[in-house]
Amino acid sequence: MGTIEKLPEWHLHRHGREAELELTGDWIACETGVRSSAEVRRIIDETGDMTLRVDASGISRWDSALIAFIRMIRDTARPERTQRVTLDTSGLPETARRLLTLAVTDRTEAAGIIAAPRSLATRVGEACFAAWNETNEATALIGEIALRTGAAVSGRTSTRSIDVLQLMREAGAGALGIVAVVNGLVGAIIAFVGAVQLRRFGAGIYNADLVGIATTREMAAIMTAVVMAGRTGGAYAAHLATMQGNEEIDALKAFGISVYEFLVLPRITALVTMMPLLYIYACGLGLLGGFVVSMATLDLTSVSYLEELGNAVAFRQFAIGLTKSVTFGALIALVGCHIGLRAGRSAADVGYAATSAVVTGIVGIIALDAVFAVCTNALGI
Amino acid sequence: MTNSPPERLQVQDLSVGFGTRIVQRALNFSVHQGSIFAIMGGSGCGKSTVLKAMIGLLRPMRGTVLVDGEDYWAASETRRLAIGRGFGVLFQGGALWSSLTVAENVALPLQMLAHLDTDAIAVLADLKLAFVGMAAAADRMPSELSGGMRKRAALARALALDPEILFFDEPSAGLDPVTSNRLDDLIVELSNGLGATVVIVSHELPSLFAICDDGIFLDGETGTAIARGSPRALRDGCAHPTVRAFMERGQRAPATATGAP
Repeated sequence: MGTIEKLPEWHLHRHGREAELELTGDWIACETGVRSSAEVRRIIDETGDMTLRVDASGISRWDSALIAFIRMIRDTARPERTQRVTLDTSGLPETARRLLTLAVTDRTEAAGIIAAPRSLATRVGEACFAAWNETNEATALIGEIALRTGAAVSGRTSTRSIDVLQLMREAGAGALGIVAVVNGLVGAIIAFVGAVQLRRFGAGIYNADLVGIATTREMAAIMTAVVMAGRTGGAYAAHLATMQGNEEIDALKAFGISVYEFLVLPRITALVTMMPLLYIYACGLGLLGGFVVSMATLDLTSVSYLEELGNAVAFRQFAIGLTKSVTFGALIALVGCHIGLRAGRSAADVGYAATSAVVTGIVGIIALDAVFAVCTNALGI
Repeated sequence: MTNSPPERLQVQDLSVGFGTRIVQRALNFSVHQGSIFAIMGGSGCGKSTVLKAMIGLLRPMRGTVLVDGEDYWAASETRRLAIGRGFGVLFQGGALWSSLTVAENVALPLQMLAHLDTDAIAVLADLKLAFVGMAAAADRMPSELSGGMRKRAALARALALDPEILFFDEPSAGLDPVTSNRLDDLIVELSNGLGATVVIVSHELPSLFAICDDGIFLDGETGTAIARGSPRALRDGCAHPTVRAFMERGQRAPATATGAP
């Protein structure tokens, strides 16, 4: 591609009943741009009811800039306009004329599909229906899963154990590092905060109770679930959404392979089995973090700390935490799969599905935890 | 027009492959200005891989590609990008950007690479879509298009920057004969009109015979080129058994009346 030697120009000459549009210079779209519609309008107005002959003999190089210019003149000079300009393109290069024939303007198809703008009431109504639909679909998914799980337990299922094991490895062993870091640090932070406050009352020993109960009952389950929502829930949604875009889900359906049994159930099984194990692991790390910080900041012996910890953390606390972790695991997998399966088919939809799975997962975890708090309070445990 | 138009692309001793596996080796050919050049061969023989080396997506294991006499693979990254601006590529599946409308797909290269105002970009995008008969579908998303429409929209996008060299990867794959025929006509019309040089990767015999005036035949078994010439000339005159088998299968008739060995 060379540089422009002569700028593209046009001159209008009148010869009696005929006007001549003389074009000169280099008409290269990417370098000199395209003529404005105001210029085209001016040419048409000056020509009036005459024949407009295009003379392109002065053009040295051209590409779609020239075609676009002549096409704009042709479309502006349509017979339904006031001026009846007849365009004579015989002065154009042969190839340019062929391209011009190819670029016919046909807008008939577009006319029929323009929808009227919707009123506020319509939009509110539609939003309500969408929310209701969403609830229905989520309920249907949970019901479907319950039925399929029943079938799977009695051995009638197309879930492949290799998929379940693979997913378990990814969700379980693959998450050990990040779960350890997050829970160890959270345990340490709780111990720090507790130590500063309790030392003022000379009650440093009760830091063991604080760290123990907070970790086993709340923090280990919640922090692990939040990590898994970001790590695994987002991945499930993105995976299924990409499969949706590649018509892989359609292919499964066409074969009559149940999407629930083949894709959703293995993921739920993997997370529901791995979450309690990760929770126990997280408890260990959280308690260790708390222990290390308590030993470093408080004037305690490790024996007295551990004895106090043993007294404080009853089996009941573990049971509550364990129940929570199973519920959170099911929630993360359900949300990830549900959002992934409902996703659109474009690349942006995959990103949207992943984001929405993570956000919904985390909000859902916190909300569920609140429900747990109310229930355990009411039951007095 | 001179007697022999200049060579736009020269492929010299090109070997391409993945990892330690060589797909095609020792390829030598050149593409002349204004010609429609076919890279032929059976499925899986490495046609698309050779194309990738020509458009800069895959570094060759050996040899190089000269674009207007300039060594593409020896050039710097920035220079390679600048040379690549002169290329238009139609990918096998269309490869439209799925989150943009058809019009935005065509307009994006103009917005990013040509310094034009919004009106000019709209005019040019509309023109390119009109060339392929897709102006009415400008505001649709790629997922709403049929296979043929997707190919045509991708063709309009390939033409966005008025490229001087066009590369088509299996343009008629997956299209019905009528649509594929129309696409062939469109390719000839546009490449003539815009004075572009075209390289087509294909194994669709009807379109090869209809539009290509030069070509090379790649063999998957030996991993190199076994014949050179236009598809029609190869059909009528090439004696190599692999080429004969390829060409005659397409004709669906035992055309070897001459009884050549």
